Order: sequence, then C-alpha cells, then structure tokens
Amino acid sequence: MMDMEHYYQPEIECASREQIRAWQDERLAKTVKRVYENVEFYKKRMDKQGIKPEDIQSTADLHKLPFVTKDDLRDAYPYGLLAAPLSDCVRIQSTSGTTGRRVVAFYTQHDIDLWEECCARAIAAAGGTKDDVVHVCYGYGLFTGGPGLNGGSHKVGSLTLPMSSGNTERQIQFMCDLGSTILCCTPSYAAYLAESIHERGLQDKIKLKAGIFGAEAWTEEMRQDIERMLGIKAYDIYGLTEISGPGVSFECSEQTGMHINEDHFIAEVINPETGEVLPDGEKGELVFTSITKEAFPLIRYRTRDICILSHKKCSCGRTHVKMTKPLGRSDDMLIVKGVNVFPSQIETVLLNQGYPANYQIIVDRQHNSDTIEVQVEMTQEMFSDNAGVVTEREKKLVDALKAMLGIYVKVNLVNPKTIARSEGKAVRIIDKRNLYQG
Amino acid sequence: MTVKQISVFVENKAGKLAELTEYLHQHEIDMRALSIAETQDFGIVRMIVNDTYKTSCILKEAGYVASITPVLAVEMPDEPGSLFKILKMLGDGGINLEYMYAFLTRKEATAYMVLRVEDNEKAIDILSKKGIHMISQEGIAGL
Repeated sequence: MMDMEHYYQPEIECASREQIRAWQDERLAKTVKRVYENVEFYKKRMDKQGIKPEDIQSTADLHKLPFVTKDDLRDAYPYGLLAAPLSDCVRIQSTSGTTGRRVVAFYTQHDIDLWEECCARAIAAAGGTKDDVVHVCYGYGLFTGGPGLNGGSHKVGSLTLPMSSGNTERQIQFMCDLGSTILCCTPSYAAYLAESIHERGLQDKIKLKAGIFGAEAWTEEMRQDIERMLGIKAYDIYGLTEISGPGVSFECSEQTGMHINEDHFIAEVINPETGEVLPDGEKGELVFTSITKEAFPLIRYRTRDICILSHKKCSCGRTHVKMTKPLGRSDDMLIVKGVNVFPSQIETVLLNQGYPANYQIIVDRQHNSDTIEVQVEMTQEMFSDNAGVVTEREKKLVDALKAMLGIYVKVNLVNPKTIARSEGKAVRIIDKRNLYQG
Repeated sequence: MTVKQISVFVENKAGKLAELTEYLHQHEIDMRALSIAETQDFGIVRMIVNDTYKTSCILKEAGYVASITPVLAVEMPDEPGSLFKILKMLGDGGINLEYMYAFLTRKEATAYMVLRVEDNEKAIDILSKKGIHMISQEGIAGL
C-alpha cells in the first residue's frame, strides 16, 4: 500500500497549470521591472537590446531577455547584481570552488523564508512531518546545503539535528541515540555512512526512513545501494547558490525526476550553442529565472547543467514541471566531493608552481567517495637527484591545489610526453565515474 | 676527485624500471654502481656508468628526465668498521651527507661507497688528509 503523499504547501504544489502560469506571468513582469530600475547591469543589457520592462508582460516574452552567465556573476562581485538595499539583506551564501573570484548571493529575510519553504516541500515530499528527526550532515557555513535543509526542517517543524559534515562516529551515535528518521547529505556521504553503520553492525539500531541527497551527481545504482543498505527511500534534491540553494527542485514519491518550484523559478531548456529555447522532452541546458527573490534575482541564468523537462502528469499530485537529474555539463566543470572544480583552476596552480600546463585530471569514485588525481609531466627544472627535494616540491603543489580548490588532489608525476594528446591537444579530463546516464 | 652520477626520474608503475634497464642494455651501457630512491609516487634511479656522456644523450633522446651530479666514490677495506671511520671523519668535519650507497667490484677485499655530500671540495680535503683514497672518473672505467 502506498503511503499517503505529504505536502508542505498543497495549494501551491498541486495548483492548476493555469494558476502557476498566472503566478509566473505576474511575478516575472514585476521582477523584470524591478531589476531594470534597481540594477545597472540589467538596465544596460536591456537598453543595449532595446528591451523595455513593459515589453515583458508574461512568460511568453521571457525569451526576449538576454542570458546571465557565471562570468557575469563573477564580474559583478560582490554587489553588482544586488537588487535590494544592502541594509535589507540579512545573509550571504557563496559557491564552492574558486578562491579568486567567488560568487556571492544575497538574501533578505523574505528570500530566506521562501528558500526554506522550498526545502520544506522537499522534506515533506520525503515523508517528513513534525514528528520526524531530520539529520542534516551537509556542510554549514557559506555552502547552502546545511543552512537550506536546516531551515526547511524548522519550517516543517521536525526536530532538526544540525550535524554538519564529518565526524562519522558522532553522526552514527546521534543517529542511533536520537532516532534520526530523515538523513540529508551528499549521496556519497550517505553511502559512506551506510557502510560504516554496517561495519559496526548497527543497522538494527537506526530508525531512518528516508534520505534527501544532493549537491553532486549520483547514479540509479547508487540510489538502490543506499536504499537497500539503510532500508530507506532515497530522494534527489537539486539547487544552486545563484538561484537560492537546495530545493530549487526535489523528488516526490514517484522518484522519476525533480519537481521545480515553479512559483519561484521559471525553468527553460535551451540549446547551449544557439541559445534557442527547446520544447518539452528535449535535452539541453537548464536556464532559471528567479521571480520572487528580493535581494538577488537572476534573469535567465545559465546553469550549464544539461537536463530534460517534462510536464507529464505526476502520480504524486504535484503539478509543477519535472526535470531529470543533470545529464552532463555544457562546460568543463567537474563536481568532486560536492565541490566545483574547473580545469583552468588546476592549470593556474601548475603554472604558478613552475610545472608545465600539460596535465590530465583523473576523477574516480572509490567506495562511493570521489577521488581526484592530477598527472603532471616531470621537467628538468623540477627534477633533482635528491628524492626529498622532489617530494617537497610535490607537496608544495598539493598544498597549492588544496588552497585553490578546497579539496585534496593527489599529484602524480609522470615522464615527459606521456600524457595522451589527441590532435595535438591534450585530453584534460578523464572522469571514470560515469555519473551522467541517459 | 669526483665521479659523475646519473639520476633518472622513473614513474612508480610496473615495468618502468625494467623498461629503463632494457633501454640501457640495448645501448650497451655498463653500470658500475646503482641505487634507487623510491617514494610512494616515483623513483629516482642513481647510477654510475662506464660512459656518462653517451648515457646522458640516449636518455634525453628517449624523453627521460635525468641529471648529472658529481659524487665521491670512496675506496675502503672490506672489513667491519670501515664505513664508520669514514662517516666519523665527515661528521667531525661538519660535512652533511645527503645519501650514500655501496658497491663492490672484482677487486678483492675492497669495497666502495658513493657519497653525495653538500660540499664535495671540503669532503675531499678532509678525506684525503686522512689518507682515504677516492676513485676518479677514469678510475671507474677501469674497475
């Protein structure tokens, strides 16, 4: 027998398509007018293309507006895209990765409330109620994972365990002692926890019934593994700091894609080459427009995530459009241990440390945990007959990579000219994880 | 009086060392002394060969990263305590030793140590004053 479907805001989540469309039309027009009046960046862009706020009356006009890219966000750092007075803002969050030019997103209290409601919908969809114990081991801090699910859990009224990441021993102890029922973390950490619980023979002591796992790509096989080992249902959740954080979309009981919270975000799928909007069911790059944000609304933000949208009726009763898991990227960004890694960052470090820019990045997943290795060609200058000297240089490189990316990168020194080149251009990335299927 | 040591970078992968030695064999390079420093990720093969110039050329040709370092090849009686005596002389003279390795030849009752020190001139001065014999590059070829 199917469990009864839980909703946090059924009147919104199950609203008619006409109602959703009406919300979007009204909020889009309002948002465009507001950013045109308050943000120099948007005014310039729209003026350049001869678009006036009045030209955007409904979602049908959305395609007229120019895209916003991550580079735009970096160029606008820190305040360039702020659409509300700084005095109205109460929080910033920031994306993982780059230390040089980060992307910071601003939130008013209202923005946080709406974001947390989105996360509350995800928790409710996973069966969460005020009687649940929600165990959050996403990182807290600048990363949106912890704060988002934490806030969502408060909204639902669940008992919230703000565990943050790491310290597996303590995670398991609290899970057993306090009877955690819903686990929120990255899928790879969930798999690691599952293994650790089995190693300790504690599977009968845990009361988990569901998990909400996001911030990195995972496969259907991994879902089944986690579900079997922990005896839970594992739900996917999607989001990005630029648009708010986790909860932009989330899975329901059907587990066949994630409902996008369309009352807050308009989703489009485009051809990444031409920018042309693609019809339902076609694979392309996901673009979001946030229509309820006060501090940091983004118009047609290119996520670089490749996916497919579907308006097919869902058995859960929700009417909001569904997106597939990301099926790839339209740029060369890698997500390793939940951290965004661009090959160009690695290249910068290598050059700064005196190594040639000829390298190969090998990403793998062992025991459900990501590993990243950089193969670097040895040079005459970096070589010494003293192994200690070479090791010391290698360690300096590892430290510099850690400082740039925030994660440990294994360095492997190889003989010159051994890194495979195709058509004279080095093959930079080998991702052995096969995360993107379908 | 120093001899030339060739150091070669070798990846820590199965067969890599065999590959190098096979290559040297093909070019009829004769090794007089050999030692390997290994770390988790790579190895450094250090050797003293009959023809340093040729070896260095063919290694370069094959794309190996290699360097030449002047080291001391010290002769000592093959009996207990010989090494200690030499190390004590160097230690007393304030000479820092980076690494060393031993090798034997057909010459009976004599052992040889390759010493890599920070200051070759000073070490040579100390050892020769104490009557320690060191082999020259030409001497190596004759062993």
